[in-house]
Amino acid sequence: MATAVMTTLDPNSRSAARGMSDLTIRNLFIIPTIIFLIVFNIFPLLYSLGYSFTDFRASSPAAANFVGLQNYRELLNDPFIWSNFAITAKYVIVSVVGQVIVGFGVALLLNRDIPLKGLLTTLLLLPMMLSMAVVGLFWKLLYDPSFGIINYTLGLGSFEWLSNPDMALYAVAITDIWMWSPFVMLLSLAGLSAVPKHLYEAAAIDRAGSFYTFFRITLPLVAPILMIAIIFRTMEAFKTFDLAYILTSQPTTEVISIRLYKMAFQEWQTGRSCALAYIVLIMILAITNIYVKYLNKVKER
Amino acid sequence: MRKTMTSMLAGIAMTLASGTAAYSQELTIFWAEWDPANYLQELVNLYEAETGVKVTVETTPWSDFQTKAFTEFNAKGSAYDMVVGDSQWIGAASEAGHYVDLTDFFNKHNLKEVMAPATVKYYAEYPSNSGKYWSIPAEGDAVGWSYRKDWFEDPKEKEAFKAKYGYDLDVPKDFKALRDIAEFFHRPDEKRYGIAIYTDNSYDALVMGVENAIFSFGGELGDYATYKVDGIINSEQNVKALEAYKELYSFTPPGWAKSFFIEDNQAITENLAAMSMNYFAFFPALINEASNPNAKVTGFFANPPGPNGDQFAALGGQGISVISYSQNQEEAMKFLEWFIKEDTQKKWAELGGYTASAKVLESPEFQNATPYNKAFYETMFKVKDFWATPEYAELLIQMNQRVYPYITGNQGTAKEVLDSLAADWNATFKKYNRVK
Repeated sequence: MATAVMTTLDPNSRSAARGMSDLTIRNLFIIPTIIFLIVFNIFPLLYSLGYSFTDFRASSPAAANFVGLQNYRELLNDPFIWSNFAITAKYVIVSVVGQVIVGFGVALLLNRDIPLKGLLTTLLLLPMMLSMAVVGLFWKLLYDPSFGIINYTLGLGSFEWLSNPDMALYAVAITDIWMWSPFVMLLSLAGLSAVPKHLYEAAAIDRAGSFYTFFRITLPLVAPILMIAIIFRTMEAFKTFDLAYILTSQPTTEVISIRLYKMAFQEWQTGRSCALAYIVLIMILAITNIYVKYLNKVKER
Repeated sequence: MRKTMTSMLAGIAMTLASGTAAYSQELTIFWAEWDPANYLQELVNLYEAETGVKVTVETTPWSDFQTKAFTEFNAKGSAYDMVVGDSQWIGAASEAGHYVDLTDFFNKHNLKEVMAPATVKYYAEYPSNSGKYWSIPAEGDAVGWSYRKDWFEDPKEKEAFKAKYGYDLDVPKDFKALRDIAEFFHRPDEKRYGIAIYTDNSYDALVMGVENAIFSFGGELGDYATYKVDGIINSEQNVKALEAYKELYSFTPPGWAKSFFIEDNQAITENLAAMSMNYFAFFPALINEASNPNAKVTGFFANPPGPNGDQFAALGGQGISVISYSQNQEEAMKFLEWFIKEDTQKKWAELGGYTASAKVLESPEFQNATPYNKAFYETMFKVKDFWATPEYAELLIQMNQRVYPYITGNQGTAKEVLDSLAADWNATFKKYNRVK
């Protein structure tokens, strides 16, 4: 089967002259990648699974003791961890919904013949290309209650975006929406430009309203690619660390990865943090699976 | 091809060999990135001039100093020969074998007498009262206060203050006065605020700030010898102290929920607050006109006493330890012998370092050298510190988790917060078999 998809080696090529077969060349390309994956991904993954059942602390020379499911049991019974998960869920919903609305909206606006469309699209993509830490640091300045430009422009006086415990998470989400809407926009734009023009022409002939055209033609045809954007953004938002860590230190913005970081690298509870990382991994896998199932359904239509 | 490979390998081997040879004449000290580290570099340059041994002070930002240091220790890395480690680390680092035992060195040079008692107790000895020493007190530090002399001395303000509170506006004599003055100067309409305090909960800032109140109110965090916390951390004094700290928070500038040393110094340089809490180590920037336009009108005072007259302050500062995995331990010990000499300590103080040497601290030259040295000297003899047990990081995070929402988010009461904290700490000590 594998050989069936491979093209045959040109008998005059240098590789052929060296006596390399197609199989050798394939292996040359694939094996290093596989080794890399095993060493840096699969092995640590399994190794940390082992640690998650122990009381191992990387900061101590004491040997790790097997504690069974104790780490998992204690973590899942810890109200602080559950509040971290609730915060993360809220953050994911707000930021992904926001990104889809803004990103898809901008894509719809751009999906027509307007002057300087290319330049405009490129400029809109800029936020996505910045480093998370840089974005965090300068949004911290923008949000500043004393001299921040946001309060100045909106006339909010000294409204406390980041120190107000109820507002801080939304402030982080707004920053994330600003940064990542362009990503959704880019994918949506690709989806939108792939919608066959003749469908719109047919709809126009049938005198379909713009509302009807959007929900019956545009959205269903863009849905699969939009779903992919949503999957990526959900996974990323679930793992958010940098933005929330840099912008504020409110307990109401302590998303699960920040708690995980503190547990692993400040408290050095290596075993327990491995268990928490596994809980997070399982959750992300579950959510992604639901999305993928839905994506397949959308594609079938 | 094969020849090129061979010569390349030979080249690498040569580099490595010569690298190791040069290495034995070099020492690396790891510390956080701040002014005192620069002063230390200046100091150790003198050592190089004397002995030819090159000493480099390598730094990393405070926020990841702990993480980076322990990552290196845990990996048994030999990148650093010595570390100027935070006072709370001593339990974790000594029990795990990261630090070389300096007890013999300590006794040989009678450092218990040479260094100020508090610095020996908190920077060097672990477990407490065990007579085992792990570091040489290097940078003494504690939390103190800076204030705007021009605001305090303004006759109009003085008159208005006296009319309102019935006593003279002056450097606060106690926590009550600290509160009154903060309230008096808190004028959001004029963009002037009463006080700047520590609130950042990502490491130990908020806890240090709260400790200032707790210790001066006569409270303690727990019994460091028996690990008893119930009835101590949630004592009546501590409840009052926490309430007092929360009240101070209401007189801070807007957005003051994640502030540490940078923000607190800014409060003075940017005309934001009348008084500002900070470690003494950050005061040199406040008397420097290049970094503080108000340098001439900035004054300093020690943490004031609480309602019962107890006066203490939260300890900062670090001791210098030799790392067990260093390949230059002998050379490092020689360096320490030089470092503890009185002349070196004097020079260290002159350069801007906060010496822990009792003799230098007591000397009038030191006390008159800067506007804050006297307050520093007074403070260094009444300091207390956080837990230094190996699980201090967990205790710190638990305290942040409980106290922060109360101070900045108005959640719960001081009593509830401290009761919950007592339960958290008790559970942690049980987990590590410190109590039954």
